Amino acid sequence: MEEEDLTKVSGYVSPHGFRLAASSWRPVAARLDRVAGSVFILPAVVVILGFSIFPLLASLYVSLSRLSFSEGGVELKFVGLGNYAKLLVGIDHEHFLGLVGPATVWSTLVLGAGCALLVFLLYRYARSADRTAAGLAGRVFGAVVTGVLLWLVVNTVLTSGRPGTLVVTIVYVAVDVTVQYLIGLGLALLVVQHLPGRRFFRVVFLLPMMITPVGVAYLFRMLTDTDKGPLYPIWAHFGLTDVSWVTNAWTARLAVMIGDVWQWTPFIFIVLLASIETLPHELVEAAVVDGANRLQVFWRITFPLILPATSTVVLIRLIEGFKIVDLPNVLTNGGPGTATESLTLHAYTIWRALDIGGSAAVAYMLLILVTFVGVSYVNLFRRRVTAMT
Amino acid sequence: MSRLLAKALVLVVGAAVIASCSNGSTTSTGNKFSGVTVRVVTFTGPQIAEPLQRRAPDFEKATGAKVQVITVPFSDLYQKVLTDFATKTNSYDATVFDPQWMGDYVPPGYLEDLTDRVQNDSTLQWNDIAPFFRDFSATFKGRVYTIPLDGDFQMVYYRKDLLQKDGLQPPVTWQDYIAIAKHFQGKDLNGDGKADYGSCLAMKRSAQSYWAWISVAAAYLQSQGTKQGAFFNIDNMQPLTNNPAAAAALDVYKQLSKIGPPDQLNNDVGDSRGLFVGGRCALSLDWGDIGTLAIDKTQSKVADKVGAVILPGSKQVLDRSTGQLADCNATLCPYATNGVNHAPFAAFGGWSGAINKASSSKVKDAAFAFLSYMSAPAQSSVDVTIGKTGFNPYRTSHFNNLDTWTKAGMSEQAAKDYLGAIQASLQSPNMVLDLRIPQTAYYQQTALDTALADFLAGNGSVSQTMTRITTQWNAKTDEIGRQSQLDAYKASLSVTK
Repeated sequence: MEEEDLTKVSGYVSPHGFRLAASSWRPVAARLDRVAGSVFILPAVVVILGFSIFPLLASLYVSLSRLSFSEGGVELKFVGLGNYAKLLVGIDHEHFLGLVGPATVWSTLVLGAGCALLVFLLYRYARSADRTAAGLAGRVFGAVVTGVLLWLVVNTVLTSGRPGTLVVTIVYVAVDVTVQYLIGLGLALLVVQHLPGRRFFRVVFLLPMMITPVGVAYLFRMLTDTDKGPLYPIWAHFGLTDVSWVTNAWTARLAVMIGDVWQWTPFIFIVLLASIETLPHELVEAAVVDGANRLQVFWRITFPLILPATSTVVLIRLIEGFKIVDLPNVLTNGGPGTATESLTLHAYTIWRALDIGGSAAVAYMLLILVTFVGVSYVNLFRRRVTAMT
Repeated sequence: MSRLLAKALVLVVGAAVIASCSNGSTTSTGNKFSGVTVRVVTFTGPQIAEPLQRRAPDFEKATGAKVQVITVPFSDLYQKVLTDFATKTNSYDATVFDPQWMGDYVPPGYLEDLTDRVQNDSTLQWNDIAPFFRDFSATFKGRVYTIPLDGDFQMVYYRKDLLQKDGLQPPVTWQDYIAIAKHFQGKDLNGDGKADYGSCLAMKRSAQSYWAWISVAAAYLQSQGTKQGAFFNIDNMQPLTNNPAAAAALDVYKQLSKIGPPDQLNNDVGDSRGLFVGGRCALSLDWGDIGTLAIDKTQSKVADKVGAVILPGSKQVLDRSTGQLADCNATLCPYATNGVNHAPFAAFGGWSGAINKASSSKVKDAAFAFLSYMSAPAQSSVDVTIGKTGFNPYRTSHFNNLDTWTKAGMSEQAAKDYLGAIQASLQSPNMVLDLRIPQTAYYQQTALDTALADFLAGNGSVSQTMTRITTQWNAKTDEIGRQSQLDAYKASLSVTK
């Protein structure tokens, strides 16, 4: 009561009052504490937004427009989805999607097997205990897109039709990454053995990765020249001087793929080598003591333990692989015809004629494809591997 | 002690640097443009860039202006320079480029109008430049925007020695060309024990190949004189790419792709020229370059063995009224020789120099002086005789002074042959002008080039290829505006009706 009276005296602040003031400030201070982190990283976020998100949105707008030059500047005319329509159903669809040929026995078989596998995987997930509605919806979407891409690949590659830049890029990525992985893993397993000169080979195997891709392309241009290249004696010995790698669609694609495999296998090799070298010896020793042979050691111990590294390196190569451009551009200029043209090269050739909107549309299609493959891969494979280990 | 030594070293080096710098600035005898730097962009070459780079130091000595030659690949040149000017980056003061692109460069006002300058410059000797290059290559809608540095016609080269030995005449029609090429295909032409080729052409995609198809098609498509045009119908801007004449040209082109080196589809002009002057081919189709490369002792094995003729023609041409191929007669082919219609193709139009309007006036003056210096007879008459420059004759004095050619190593007969073939093309009333409308680069370098490359690779029949080119050209025309494109096309042919 006395205290209450005292409060009426001007200038008096009770100890309780201090507590009141402190407690009313506490949420503010706490909030400041909470947002401090955000405030400190804000500059970085702004920079990232400026350099990454803004160009992404700007190029999205460009892909919906047509650029023309006029007196005093550049005009961007909004054309809606016109540039995308050109690629999917318009004058550029043959170039982008390819030409679908009549079904053959092989195309039917492969397509049938692929679809059956997709349906089986979906069915297995739907029956599994840990299924969720979102997971099922995502998988149905994934299966539909994969099915459509499979249909396109099969009907342009395994028939009398011809693949467009979209399919060629998918073929490059699928073949290159698979072969690179197999060779890279083989070399890594070889180099960890106690063989003479392994240190030397460790460096030699890395060399291709150090060369600029344009250099690799010129190198392979020389090597594939059957008429005057350094391998001429070999071609001549087999009577192949009149056969050209670069005038047949599939041999030209093969030349591009060999170049890409040669250049990027070392990347997979070095990551897997590092992973294998850090494996605990005890497990292998224990297995050997228990009577496991080399194959069993590899399948039961080495391979599962390097799976996390495998999943990461394959993801990186998948994403990188889709962007292949230097090799086909220098080796064949995308030829013969458009046989070796990748999506990035397709975007580049359109851009050269200053159809910047059309070029941005191709680039966006590539982005969508890479995102789809990347997200599916992470969800279906990588997450499982991480959980398993 | 070591510190003292270091100081002394620094002093000595510093003094040397200052001395060399001051020496450098005083060696310039001319100082009209002292302190001015002109940035000239052209294609990687080595041709075209070579003479610019070689002569830049001499020009600097004479005027004080420093010339930086920047090079980019041919397929990038068009958009690189255009985007630089359009975005006002202006990192180039002048460009040596394809005058066909003026349709995209002149209307937005990127190029300096040179009409008065060329008239007032006595060293340039404007009127010595052949009228075609002055009035067509350099001029856009009546005003001069470029200075020609090169004269471009495609023609056919043949190995005189080989044809004479086998009693064959140089080709007059494309059928003759194919027959001669087949005759020599697979034979050893240079005595090295390896099979050689009947014909070597550039057929690589995204390179300078597609002009060769137009050179073939021209003979079938245009017979009534230059103003008839060989690309579009001048009444409605419908492409002339879907008719029996275009089909015949595609057929010839496909046959040519099979008589030559195995990797012909991956050969650019540099490759086909190398093969021809290396003695491995009986025939080739090219600009003036093979003529001068053949006398280049460092790489040629065919000096004085090369003949040149105007582009082969056709005995059948497109009758525009019926849309069918018809035999030549006096009305259909008024300019025919012995019933064969020749349509020499001024492919590309010749590398020409233009100046960025946005550069400062001092730089523009220096840039003009440099281009004028390059084109002036004193310099150009030497450059056109050197194979690696990529420059071909374009001045009356180049054609009249046989001395410069014989001095360069050509025999008098070879020089007469070579210059005669170019002059026959230049003076033909049925010369085919290259396309020069907005987005020419799309029509030719993208749509036509890709369709031809696909066709040669076996993707698509003759009719599918023709439909593809026609559809793409029509779509682009409609996108830009049919009437404005028609006006531009007619203006490029100087059609005023």
